[in-house]
Amino acid sequence: MSFDPSVVRKDFPIFETEARGKRLVYLDSANTSQKPRQVLERIQLFYETENANVHRAVYELSEKATAAYEGARAACARFIGSESARSIVFTRGTTESINVIRFTWARENVREGDEVLITEMEHHSNLIPWQLLAGETGATLRHLPIGDDGRLRLDLLEDYITDRTKLVSLSLMSNVLGTINPVRAVADAAHAVGAKVLVDAAQAAPHLSFDVNDLDADFLAYSSHKMCGPTGAGVLYGREELLEEMPPFHGGGEMIREVWADRATWNEIPYKFEAGTPNLAQAVGMGAAVEYLETLGMDAVREHEMELTAYALERLAGIGATIYGSRDLSQRGGVVSFNLDGVHPHDMSTIVDQEGVCIRAGHHCAQPLMRRLGVPATARASFYIYNTTEDVDVLIDAVEKSKGWFA
Amino acid sequence: MVRVSLEDLYKEVILDHYRDPRNKGRLDPHDVLLERNNPLCGDEIELFLKFDDGELEAISFDGKGCSISLASTSMMTEKVKGLSVEQAREVTESIKRMMAGEEDGDPDALGDLVSLKGVVKYPVRIKCALLGWNTLLEGLAEGQEDSA
Repeated sequence: MSFDPSVVRKDFPIFETEARGKRLVYLDSANTSQKPRQVLERIQLFYETENANVHRAVYELSEKATAAYEGARAACARFIGSESARSIVFTRGTTESINVIRFTWARENVREGDEVLITEMEHHSNLIPWQLLAGETGATLRHLPIGDDGRLRLDLLEDYITDRTKLVSLSLMSNVLGTINPVRAVADAAHAVGAKVLVDAAQAAPHLSFDVNDLDADFLAYSSHKMCGPTGAGVLYGREELLEEMPPFHGGGEMIREVWADRATWNEIPYKFEAGTPNLAQAVGMGAAVEYLETLGMDAVREHEMELTAYALERLAGIGATIYGSRDLSQRGGVVSFNLDGVHPHDMSTIVDQEGVCIRAGHHCAQPLMRRLGVPATARASFYIYNTTEDVDVLIDAVEKSKGWFA
Repeated sequence: MVRVSLEDLYKEVILDHYRDPRNKGRLDPHDVLLERNNPLCGDEIELFLKFDDGELEAISFDGKGCSISLASTSMMTEKVKGLSVEQAREVTESIKRMMAGEEDGDPDALGDLVSLKGVVKYPVRIKCALLGWNTLLEGLAEGQEDSA
């Protein structure tokens, strides 16, 4: 059960283009992934043969559009092991999904003196909403520390999950360290005190096979654009009974059942949370991305990325790079943050760009984590299904070149 | 317009100032101290200014950052030290126009600083090159308020 990345690469039209006149070496998929022809063509097909608004018109074309949109919802449910498509709310992406919880469930359930627990490795999208919530409610925001190996300090969990904890929100995979977090262990501790668990799966969904029931997640968020789908689509998964209890998020069309001049009742879930015309083509594209990844097989995706990550870690260590995060491949995904003595990551990124190599440089929307690591910034290479060992070789040569400039 | 390759830009100008920054370190006493950062990359700068009778008598900086931001700031301190506040502001505005691609940069007025134009080709790095200069503009305004 494996695939040849150089064949997969041919599905992605972007690789027919060049970068600075050279072969495009795209190592920034943790930022956003490239899109295969299968997804692009599905979006085109929707606009050419199925385009109408969903759920509200009584003609064949609207039925086709609704079928396509709801088919994508079913695919997005299947992809994360959710038995019911009613648990799947389409959003604009992970950030919006997390903010839906902030403005609905959290406003009803988090009060002054309560605690929200996140971790030291969270992306700003799973930090800022909770800072804002804490400011509004008088709740306390706490951060579960990480160890020097880039893994969560589970030994401290007892001190951080208390009777006051109402919500634990953590990423399944870090966008900086690549660490795969033991979400189930955290969820068990959270549930023991009656807290709810929100999983940020933005980085995990494109790369790992997982199941919301095995994780015992109450809520889970993921984005289309990091997993071969278009921008502007994402998912908020919620346990049905929680979604039922929650107040609506945006008000408008589609999310209502009955409306009077001064009041209204709400549509059933998930539509209660989908006010206005959704990003239809994007959702359909996200469904196509799920199908594309299912065809490759998520276990094969993981296997490929473990091989590539092992090779990259070995080669980066070979040129004396400082690598952040665990070296244990079973505990990490294909996101590799590193630094080279004497070369600022911004300089490195500009110099390797001359060789057609796209890497990220900066704080990766995780400034508190950068402080914890004691660096202002890192360079980051992240791998996906279309990357090959040749890409890693080009990266290493280019990084060595940047070292040469500063020698 | 002079074509400067990235490698030449780094090797001939940037690295000299990056390795051997001018006017680096605390300046005491000072009239103005500003701390600014580039949120994009986490680069940080502290800029110290001392004025004397409408002149920028002394200037120094501290901080961490990429070679372009540090070198540009180092070159800036060399250029504006001893200028009147008005002259320093003019040089800064001229650099900003050059980096915005609005003018070519006058080698007679700007000297070595015209080489920074090489950065214009790399739009994301323009912010790095201007971090020190934007901080200086604020500092000049603050210095004038204080003496007013």
